[in-house]
Amino acid sequence: MLLMIPTLFGAALLVFFLLRAIPGDVCEVRLAGTGLYVDEAEIELCREKLGLTKPLFVQFYNFVSGYFTWDLGESMWTGKDVTYEIAIRFKLSVQLAIMATLVAVILAIPLGAISAIKQDTWVDYTVRTFSIAGIAMPSFWLGIIIILGLLIGSQKFFGDPWMPPIYYVSPFEDFWGNMSQLIWPAVATGYRYSAVVARMTRSALLEVLREDYIRTARAKGMVEKIIINRHALKNSMLPVLTIIGIEFAFLIGGLVVTEQVFNLNGLGRLFVESVGAQDFNLTQQLVMLVVVAAVLTNLVVDLVYAWLDPRIRYG
Amino acid sequence: MASVNTTTLSAVEDIPRKHWFVSFGQLCRQQPLGAAGGLIVLVMLLATVFANVLSPYDPEAASFEHMLVPPSADFWFGTDAFGRDILTRIIYGARTALFVGFTAAFVGATAGLVLGVASAYYGGLFDLIFQRVVDVVMAFPLIVLALAIVATLGASTVNVIIAITIPFIPQCARVVRSSALAIREIPYVDAARALGFGHARIILRHMVPNVMAPYLIMLTTFVGHAILLEASLSYLGLGVQEPTPAWGLMLQGGAEEFAESAPWVPIFPGLAITLAVFGFNLFGDALRDILDPRLRSR
Repeated sequence: MLLMIPTLFGAALLVFFLLRAIPGDVCEVRLAGTGLYVDEAEIELCREKLGLTKPLFVQFYNFVSGYFTWDLGESMWTGKDVTYEIAIRFKLSVQLAIMATLVAVILAIPLGAISAIKQDTWVDYTVRTFSIAGIAMPSFWLGIIIILGLLIGSQKFFGDPWMPPIYYVSPFEDFWGNMSQLIWPAVATGYRYSAVVARMTRSALLEVLREDYIRTARAKGMVEKIIINRHALKNSMLPVLTIIGIEFAFLIGGLVVTEQVFNLNGLGRLFVESVGAQDFNLTQQLVMLVVVAAVLTNLVVDLVYAWLDPRIRYG
Repeated sequence: MASVNTTTLSAVEDIPRKHWFVSFGQLCRQQPLGAAGGLIVLVMLLATVFANVLSPYDPEAASFEHMLVPPSADFWFGTDAFGRDILTRIIYGARTALFVGFTAAFVGATAGLVLGVASAYYGGLFDLIFQRVVDVVMAFPLIVLALAIVATLGASTVNVIIAITIPFIPQCARVVRSSALAIREIPYVDAARALGFGHARIILRHMVPNVMAPYLIMLTTFVGHAILLEASLSYLGLGVQEPTPAWGLMLQGGAEEFAESAPWVPIFPGLAITLAVFGFNLFGDALRDILDPRLRSR
């Protein structure tokens, strides 16, 4: 638990200096990016206003101490609070991450289980091919193909080309509107995610099925269905849970490319934009958000582990 | 004495030597998916070597009389908005993908190998600090770290390779370290130390060869990962730059535009990425099953 602190501190250090190693900064991008002649003094003034002229260690101190006073600073590009910029996009990204996880779990666990039970038959080979293809397929390409299919399909059948809506509405206001926007990116990312989970389910279940107590259960004539559902599947869920946890934490930031394809205004897109604008403050806060999410998920997974498996105790 | 020697020699020769063709057939039977993956990789390698023989077109030169031609006998996969043949760009794009993939995977896995073994061998403070560094780097999603590095260095093919390599190093180091920890406990390492061998020699000659199995497995999976990552970065405009042919770059542009004008433009490069990564993954899986059945996770 306390080991989280050096990790987070190291991550903060890494991202802080990585960003400052870039030649150029937000002021140059904003002023020189217009292509007009800009006075060097004007850029300098802008830097001063944003605190970029302060010594690096002072900047770093401000960055880290911001976490203790809950003052994350402002976006250097828009001038609004970082917390505000994140808050307006947070809902979309989290909802998308949850939906992708649901898609993945619903697809993956039955598929992985079937593939393990029917090991080395054509069913197994089909599922394995399906899941390796899922890992191989870039999710942004799957997204493009889905939109392409929707556009061409809707034109053919309804006469009008139809696109998923671009603006986010809360699912509590307009459930179907929300779903019609987010289900497609959820499928596009969920497929890859499900592939990872299905592979894990398969290998974990295969391992458990070789255990002695499964042989005992079979020998005493227990129905195969109960053996699989109660004895084997439950015990094989631990590693599957870990992989779901890891993937979920990374989804929030890892949707970077998918959000671009579907024109979604989420955290991933914000990240790409802030990197492009060299908005140091926003970029480092976003990276820290993802890192904190990853570290916390690891902690939660560890705790759930101990709860599910009484043999595991943390001293 | 001499007769004994000849009999033992002939006995050795009596063991039927497996022809390479026979062992290949065995591989196909035992690991059909792996053999299929190997075939895909082989076809890709051949395509990169004979790219200029395979295609009559120039992958970079624009040709305005052939803009957005649908797939036909002349242009099998059609042409893009600059009139460039898509099949040609896919074949040349395999060069870019394999170059980035192999370089990043090899450098990343090898650096990880040496660092991982050294970390296990020295133990103590070095191990502790190195593992914390690994923790930090691994807390970043791959694409986020790669994006940040590319943003720092600027977008170009070499920088993309660097950006992909750096996140690979700790991943490989962690896996290799756990195998190396077990090897360090085997008495021959103590024996080597007792004989007065230097640290570098023990690490490189005695320990590294024994962790080749996880290293090779990581290496093949990394190639697939690297190809996918390069495609993502190029798609975002932060990777390989025009006019170099790269698969991710060919997918740039909105799906809406494609649907109206040329649906064939995004389909084929994406298939190429999928097929290539698919091939490397199948091959890596088979390799894992052959080399180390215990590592069957993920």
